[in-house]
Amino acid sequence: MGEIEEFPLAVRLLLRAYPWRRVDPVPWAPLQRPLAACRLALVSSAAFVAPGQPPFDDDLRGGDPSFREIPADVDLATLRETHRSESFDHSGLARDPNLGFPLERLRELVRAGRIGSLAPRHLSFMGSILAPGRLVKRTAPEAARRLVADGVEAALLVPV
Amino acid sequence: MCNQAVGLVAAELERQGIATVALQLLRVVAERVRPPRALCVPFPHGYPLGAPDDAKLQHAVIEAALRLLEDPTLAPPALVDYAPASR
Repeated sequence: MGEIEEFPLAVRLLLRAYPWRRVDPVPWAPLQRPLAACRLALVSSAAFVAPGQPPFDDDLRGGDPSFREIPADVDLATLRETHRSESFDHSGLARDPNLGFPLERLRELVRAGRIGSLAPRHLSFMGSILAPGRLVKRTAPEAARRLVADGVEAALLVPV
Repeated sequence: MCNQAVGLVAAELERQGIATVALQLLRVVAERVRPPRALCVPFPHGYPLGAPDDAKLQHAVIEAALRLLEDPTLAPPALVDYAPASR
């Protein structure tokens, strides 16, 4: 388990005092058919961008709530991690993007028949959003609509 | 903050009918934010799938998450700790 104690003092104080946004009521959409028949999307908050996409904007007050669409056929070696938080070690992600964006693992699971198929696009956010109002009201609903339009039935979400 | 962002996006996907499972690195945050289905993993921030270049461990974590998606006995919010025994 990650621990609050792994962060520097200033971050620890912030995390202890921070008014976390509570999901209430908690929505529930169980799988409608076996995973081996389902289309799955990957959603990561590690701020990866594909070639030609702008990096996330660390200067936006409250955090950048935008997202990037990562094409399903992307070469993971071409992804760029633009998360600028200094609160975690970025070296693992630099060495192996699957650590925070496990697309190669999911492709292997499709080939093995564990998952039916993968979405034509996956989504990348930058997780350091202190003021999540725009995320909750605008960008997350838009992200969900795009996945629904792609026939996505299940999603794996990965923070960093 | 990453844990909260992921939890809030998961909730929105679930509202629109997509079954989700979210990895979480901080149980205390997951308990407060309450993503619908979450697997708490015992790894430091920056290492949500465990270790780079360790496909076996990454697959074990993903498999544990997928099993939450398939578990009909869970109720929201479902917050489950990753058990090394399931590796």
